[in-house]
Formats: sequence, structure tokens, C-alpha cells
Amino acid sequence: MSAATTHSASPYIQGLIADQPRLASSPQTWLNKLRSVAVEAVSELIIPTTRDEEWRFTDISMLTKVSLQPAHTAIKLTHADIKRFQLKEASTRLVFVDGVYASKLSTPFGSGITVSNLATELADNSSVIKQHLGQHAAFKENVFSALNTAFLHDAALIMLPPNKAVSAPLHLLFIATQKEVVSYPRCLILADTGCEATIVEDYVSTQDEAYFTNAVTEFVLADNARIHHIRAQREGAKAFHIANCSAVLSRSSNYQSVHVAMGARISRYNLNIKLAEGAECSADGLALISGRQLADTHTCIDHVQPHGISRQLHKCIVDGAAHAVFNGKIMVRHGAQKTDSQQSNRTLLLTDKAHVDTKPQLEIFADDVKCTHGATIGQLDSEEVFYLQSRGLSNALARNMLTYAFGAEIIERISVTSLKKSLERTVLEQTSTPL
Amino acid sequence: MIYRDSKTILEVRNLCASVSGTPILKNMNFTVKSGEVHAIMGPNGSGKSTFSKVLAGHPDYEITGGTVLFEGKNLLELEPEERARAGVFLAFQYPIEIPGVGNNQFLRLTYNTVQTHRGKEELDPLEFDDFVREKMKLLEMREDFLDRSVNAGFSGGEKKRNEILQMALLEPSLAILDETDSGLDIDALRIVSNGVNHLANKDNAIVLVTHYQRLLNYIVPDFVHVMEAGRIIKSGGKELALELETRGYDWVSEEYKAASRVTA
Repeated sequence: MSAATTHSASPYIQGLIADQPRLASSPQTWLNKLRSVAVEAVSELIIPTTRDEEWRFTDISMLTKVSLQPAHTAIKLTHADIKRFQLKEASTRLVFVDGVYASKLSTPFGSGITVSNLATELADNSSVIKQHLGQHAAFKENVFSALNTAFLHDAALIMLPPNKAVSAPLHLLFIATQKEVVSYPRCLILADTGCEATIVEDYVSTQDEAYFTNAVTEFVLADNARIHHIRAQREGAKAFHIANCSAVLSRSSNYQSVHVAMGARISRYNLNIKLAEGAECSADGLALISGRQLADTHTCIDHVQPHGISRQLHKCIVDGAAHAVFNGKIMVRHGAQKTDSQQSNRTLLLTDKAHVDTKPQLEIFADDVKCTHGATIGQLDSEEVFYLQSRGLSNALARNMLTYAFGAEIIERISVTSLKKSLERTVLEQTSTPL
Repeated sequence: MIYRDSKTILEVRNLCASVSGTPILKNMNFTVKSGEVHAIMGPNGSGKSTFSKVLAGHPDYEITGGTVLFEGKNLLELEPEERARAGVFLAFQYPIEIPGVGNNQFLRLTYNTVQTHRGKEELDPLEFDDFVREKMKLLEMREDFLDRSVNAGFSGGEKKRNEILQMALLEPSLAILDETDSGLDIDALRIVSNGVNHLANKDNAIVLVTHYQRLLNYIVPDFVHVMEAGRIIKSGGKELALELETRGYDWVSEEYKAASRVTA
């Protein structure tokens, strides 16, 4: 990295790069190249401010005021420590502690498919990894993706062979244990023709002090592949969580995503989905926040070719003085005829100080498409509260039940029962319904 | 049915109510005794639905005058949930949908809440399951009814049947059915009516609020009342409903005006 390119970067980014231990260079020269291109990209970028259109409602200046150190790589967690995070349906689990692969806590897939740490798969699967890693989650203009790529080392790698249906969910568990550190979780999922799988990307914490999770996930779906992607963001109360996920859908593939954001002081999730001909996706979300939390979800569903179908229901439950942001762009490119797209954003504001900024965007360059979108913001419906009271339930219980029900509509779309129940319990605790 | 030694369940005297400053009920008088079935009819905007909601305690209505005694107690000072626990039930014209809350859980929660407040035993999930399935037979409801979310994706007829199922569970002494017949096909109307007739006994009372005489072929009222401009302007037996069906409401209105002029 030359002095000329570095001086334009902010001191904060300089700090993030300088303080990190140097990664040992990989025998894979392409990987070294990828990292150094990312380092160059970082040096030309700055941490976005609210003057940046994409960050208008999300002030992350707080992040730059926290001194973040590199994470210690020695893993102290035991099986007993992580028991509460395990999903009983998932026998395959990759565990990353502060971004570092924890082989002792992980149970990679037996054989037939690859579910393991990318660092250990490089020698055998270099060419296919090289073809996709860092190629879908663009980092040239995204400082957080660039930082993640610059520090690319351990990562969850899933490679599903053609026509393989994996019935049990694959659990990617990212645990934050150290305070004032930054970690760079990374996932690469390559789903070959006609395969099927459910993948749970799960962010949890064992402590409540400030730290920064900067995650990047890439999904590549070949023709007819079907992936259910469940993402649970349950970070600690003072955490910063910024994540970029890109899903590239080939012909007639199907990507169903449910994203639940409950944790972190400030969180931002960018989800970009690109659909080829006849591909289908859903991008559902629930932000359940209170206190002074901020949860920002930016999605872009890009219909590149004809006959694509997309469905999106994003809900926010905002309590206390929390702040939710939703920006949902639907792009229908020239020639993407017969696109069928529905988007809906519904927000429930539980207090006078709760706040939401919502911005649905449709950009349509084809003339034979069916696209609908809408946003509603409101308090609990007094007719609904009255209905429940007229059945003998107290006003408080009626309100709790309706709040719970509002969120449950999204959580019900999670196909992994134990995770669904666990998230439902969290919603119940937050809304305190004694059901 | 009219019984000789019945007791008064509801006594409404000169009730006045308004919504955002507009008076809707104007000196409403209405008495219901145990065992009786009353039908309140009248054109749109006559105040029928408002009256039912006021009795159930809807927060949008302001009571500006009059009294309502329910089994001798001042109903107007009770919260909606206290009225429900005391034995007032309103079957909604438009029951709300609660996606995400299972019908079974919801029914059990309301049942147990009301039971507890009446000093009776709660039922555990297994006991309740048997209990509710028995009641469902009455309304010819399919088993999967319990597994679905409350009213979510229910047809109009299914929603109304779910209302009557709740009436069957909560055993109110006063059941007010607000346009329960609207939107029902003949088959659903028959099922709902059978359910209501089965639940009617000498200790409770039923008030049917309806636009059409059709429902009254199935649930035969002891009294028929006509509402206009926020009060009852004519009361009679079940034959009044038939007369209204053939002659409309105008003649009742004319008759009332003429009578008012005489008394004035």
C-alpha cells in the first residue's frame, strides 16, 4: 500500500488497518491479490456519514469513537458455553469466535458436501473459491465489505453438489466474546444445480460491552437451486453490527430469506439479490428494537432477466426511543419482462419517541411487469385492542398480544422449529405476553 | 322465550352517547329479561351498531347521559374486559384477524381468563382441547380451525362461527350479536343460528342487531324493536319484523312522528 493512496483514508480506518495483526500471506497468490485490492479500496474510502444518501438516517459516528483492538485468536469457549446457542435440528455447525474458526466447537459435514472453514479448503478447492469469493459482494465502493475482504482469512464455506437435498439445517454460529474488538465474519455459499438446503446465519454474544461485527456473506445459486437463508442478529446490547449479503440467483433458482434483527446498539444489514430468468426470491425481515437501538435494513432486489418473482414483507416493532430504517429498492431492468414483484413494509411504533424512516423504491425499465409496494406505519389498532378486551383480556395483555402477533407473522416463516421457538420467546419477553 | 319468573338482565334508561362530539344515541330506553330474545332493527345510521358497542364498552364513544344497569350493576363504570368477565358478550360484525396467534391458544386464554375472574377452575391445554372440540361440533367446525391463526384467512362465515364459538365458551348472560347474519350464505346462516338457538336458555338473553328479517326466520325473537335517530321508535312481537320486511321502515317513522306531534 503506497503512502499516496493511504493519506486520503480517515484516521479511523487507518487505525483499523494499522492495529490489525498482519495476515500471513497465503500460498494462494490470488487470495493475497484479493486482499491487497481490498486494502487499496479501503484506503480510498471513508466511513459514511449522514450526508451520504445511503446512510442518511443512520448515524454511525459513534462507531468511530470506540477504540477497537484486534481480537485475541485464542479461543476459550467450551462446548458447555455454547450449548445454549445450539440448534437441536442442526447436526452440522460451524462456530466462529470473534471471527476466528473454532474447530473444536464445530461439527463439519460428514461427507458428500462441503461445510467447513474456507482457510482449510483453499488447497483443494482453490479454483472454484477463487471464481466466487469477493466477486459478488462488491467492495470497491463499500468500505465495510472492503475491510472484511482485506482481513479475509477464516470463513464459512458451504459447497452443495448438484441435486443434493440436505434436510437438516446448516448452522453458522458467530459468537462475540471480547469487548472493544472488531471481527470480520465471512460466508461463502455455493449451491450447485438443483440442490436444496436451509442455512442459518446466527450472530450471538456472551457479553454486553461494545464491539464491532463487520460481516460479509455471498450466496451463489446455480440453476434450480433452492436455499432457505435464515439470519438471526442477536448481538449484545452495545454492539455495532454491519453486514453485507449478496445473493446471485441463476435461472429458476429459489432463495427464501428471513432476517431477524433484535440485538446491537446500531445495526445495518445490506441485502442485495440479483435474479436471472425465472428465479424467485423472498426477502422477509423483522426488526424488534427498543431503548436507543437503531436497526437499518437496506435491500435491493434486482430483476435482471424476465419472469422473476420477488416477495418482500419487512416489519419493524419499535419501542422506547429506538429508530428503525428500511430502504427497499426493487429494480426491474430493461428486458426483465413479466417480472412479478410485491413489497410491503409495516411498522408498529409503540411509543411517541419511537421512530422509523422508510423508503420503498421502485425502478422499472421494462413495460410488462407486475410490481406493487406499500408501507404502513402505525400504532396498535384500537379496534383490535377493543376486540381482545371484549373477550375478557386486560388492556395491557391485549396490547402485548397484538404486538407479539405483529412480529410472529415473520418469525413463523422460519422453518427451523427450535430457532423459531427461541426467537418467539425473545419477542414474548420483549412484549411480555404471558401466553 | 318469555318466562314468568324471569329477572332483569339489562336496563337502559335515557342513554345518550356521542362519538367525537356528534350525538348518536339519544335517550335510548331498552329492557331485557332473562330467557328473552330481542331483535333491534333499523336503517343504516340509526345507531344499532353504536348501541351494541356502547354496551360492550368501546372507548370511542362518550356517554353523555343516562344509565345502564346490567344484572343490577352500573355497567358504564366497567372496563370492556370487566364487562366481558361479568357476562356481556358482543359478537362483532367484523371480527379482527390476529395472524401469528393460534386460535386454540387465544380461545383457551380468553376462556381461562374469564373463568378465573368468575371464581371457577381453569382448564389445562388437554382438558381445554376436549372441551372446545365438543363446542365446535355445535357449529360444524372443522378440526383444523384450532391450528390456524385467529380469524386470519377465515371466510366471512368462518369468522362468524368463530364468534359464536367464543360465545359458547364464555357463556354470557347477555349476548349481543351485531349483524352476525351479514355476509352469510344460507348454509352458514343455518349453522350459526342453530348454534345460537342451542345456547339460548332461561337464564341468559340474546340481542340480535340486524338489518334484515332473514335471520329472524332462524332465530325467532320475542320482541322486535325499530331504531331510528338513536332511539327505539317502535317495539312489537316477531310479526313486526315481517311487516318491516314487506313495508319498509318509512311507515314506522311516520307513525312515530305523528305520535310525537300528538304528545307535543
